[in-house]
Amino acid sequence: MSAYSASLQSGRKSSGGAVGRLLVRLFLIVQALIVVYPLLWNVIASLKTNAEVMESPWSFPTTLNWDNYVRAFTTAKIGDYMLNSVLVVAMSMTVLLLAAIPTAYVLGRMRFRGRSFLTNFYMAGLFIGGVYIIVPLFIMMNDLSMLDNRFWLSAVYATGSLPFSVFLLTGFMKSIPHDFEEAAMIDGCGYFGTLFKVIMPMARPGIITLIVFSFFDFWNEYVLAMTFITDDAKKTIPIGLSNLMQIQQYATDWGSLFAGLVIVLVPTIAVYALLQKKLTEGMMLGGVKG
Amino acid sequence: MSMKTRRGLFIAACLLPGLALFLLFKVYPTIQIFQKSLYLWTGVGDEPKFIGLQNFVDMFHDDVFLLALRNTGFLMLVVPVLTLLIALVNASLLTQSKLKERGFYRTVFFFPSILSFVVIAILWSFIYHPTMGFVNSGLELLGLGDWAMAWLGDQRTVLWALAVTLIWQAAGYYMVMYMAGIDGISPDLYEAAGLDGATRIQQFFHITIPMLWEIIRVTIIFSINGVLTISFVIVSVMTAGGPDRHSEVVMTYLYSQAFTNSNFGYAMAIGVFIFIISLLLALISNKLTERGSH
Repeated sequence: MSAYSASLQSGRKSSGGAVGRLLVRLFLIVQALIVVYPLLWNVIASLKTNAEVMESPWSFPTTLNWDNYVRAFTTAKIGDYMLNSVLVVAMSMTVLLLAAIPTAYVLGRMRFRGRSFLTNFYMAGLFIGGVYIIVPLFIMMNDLSMLDNRFWLSAVYATGSLPFSVFLLTGFMKSIPHDFEEAAMIDGCGYFGTLFKVIMPMARPGIITLIVFSFFDFWNEYVLAMTFITDDAKKTIPIGLSNLMQIQQYATDWGSLFAGLVIVLVPTIAVYALLQKKLTEGMMLGGVKG
Repeated sequence: MSMKTRRGLFIAACLLPGLALFLLFKVYPTIQIFQKSLYLWTGVGDEPKFIGLQNFVDMFHDDVFLLALRNTGFLMLVVPVLTLLIALVNASLLTQSKLKERGFYRTVFFFPSILSFVVIAILWSFIYHPTMGFVNSGLELLGLGDWAMAWLGDQRTVLWALAVTLIWQAAGYYMVMYMAGIDGISPDLYEAAGLDGATRIQQFFHITIPMLWEIIRVTIIFSINGVLTISFVIVSVMTAGGPDRHSEVVMTYLYSQAFTNSNFGYAMAIGVFIFIISLLLALISNKLTERGSH
């Protein structure tokens, strides 16, 4: 903060501009280090032996212990957890899109009785977070034998994202000119044909934004997965990791825990690198201007 | 089939999947927490017994709950204020200074907000680790070894340590939101102010903040609610509420009442209480930040 105000003051004088820029840069670089260093340290630690991990957080490994990664996959079963996560993300996404796109289309573009009531009804859902209702949800799913089931977990995830998704997509749907539909109707497209062939391609930017955001939500979700899945073979990555963390405190196999963390980070970084622009663009659409 | 019924059927078919999910997994459980918060209910097989507002009365005689409430209050105050301040400063620095590497910083700062909370919690447990962590060994390197302590194991520091983790996680997210907002402010405003001799700091307070005010209001509410949910994961992985309950937050307490003690009714009453408090906070923050009172 002080570096910031100092830099601003020097920025006032045009001759002090260079000094100001330097201070701004310094301030930003320090922050970037604070963000990046823990992640970098994690990668380095994942290649160390146990003794090296305990010795010092600043040292480099003497030899690269790829063995940690082998153990992360074999003993710690990170690969299995990951597969479960992929499955749950795919199912949640499918359910979410199947529910959200038609809902948003109808709410955004068709006039009928009860439309504004339904819109507000979904909006109210934005305020009900996951943990508040976890107890009745657990009891209900227990009664309906939905526990320990990856599909129903996915359905709960999709429902959790539904209010925001409907909100985001309805805005998109409203912005598409009405002429397109009329033309499609005259051409003999039915209602569903119009929705799938005309509207969905036009709403693509909104749908992609939605997919990007939901991907991270589904991939990272912890509380619901921890509560609704008890069978180890069905657990997702975040649960697998936190179990691993608890086990490693007694087994002290730090190397494979850090390797596990890196394995989880890699897809996140890859998706982020690919979709970074969409993600920050989407924030302007959904978060701010909505 | 007439045009009109076909249209009606189409609307129904489109709304049905969403509504079914929403009613089953959102609306029904929400009704349940309000209703069952008035019951004594201690186990899946147990018959709920109506006890009126007794659960809510008990809450205020429950020392652990009150401590958890205080801890949560601390985090809900400290974390949003610092997070949003850092985000605002960084956003205006990055947009105003026109640095070439602006995109790089944006990418880096935003990154923590897409990481899994569990990954963040595990990483930060090691950052604070008494012997292996680099906070303590960094202090030793700087010759400040006396300051080294078990950051998560000491009741004086544990909440601040958790707050730092929460800020690290969220600051970049809000920064990107603010950057989008600042990009929407007309550059003419800054130019005119610059010609009139306004300093960068004056511009920050008299142009940036007022122009972003509506966005800031929304982010305050987002951030308060974010703390409530994220603190659950961070606390359960990093400290499990310790030492001696000094980092227990209401969400972890609700969870342990329900799933460790099977106090379903009591847990739901806590849920209702937090829900009402967070709605009230949103309303209060909205009122306080209304234009005119600012």
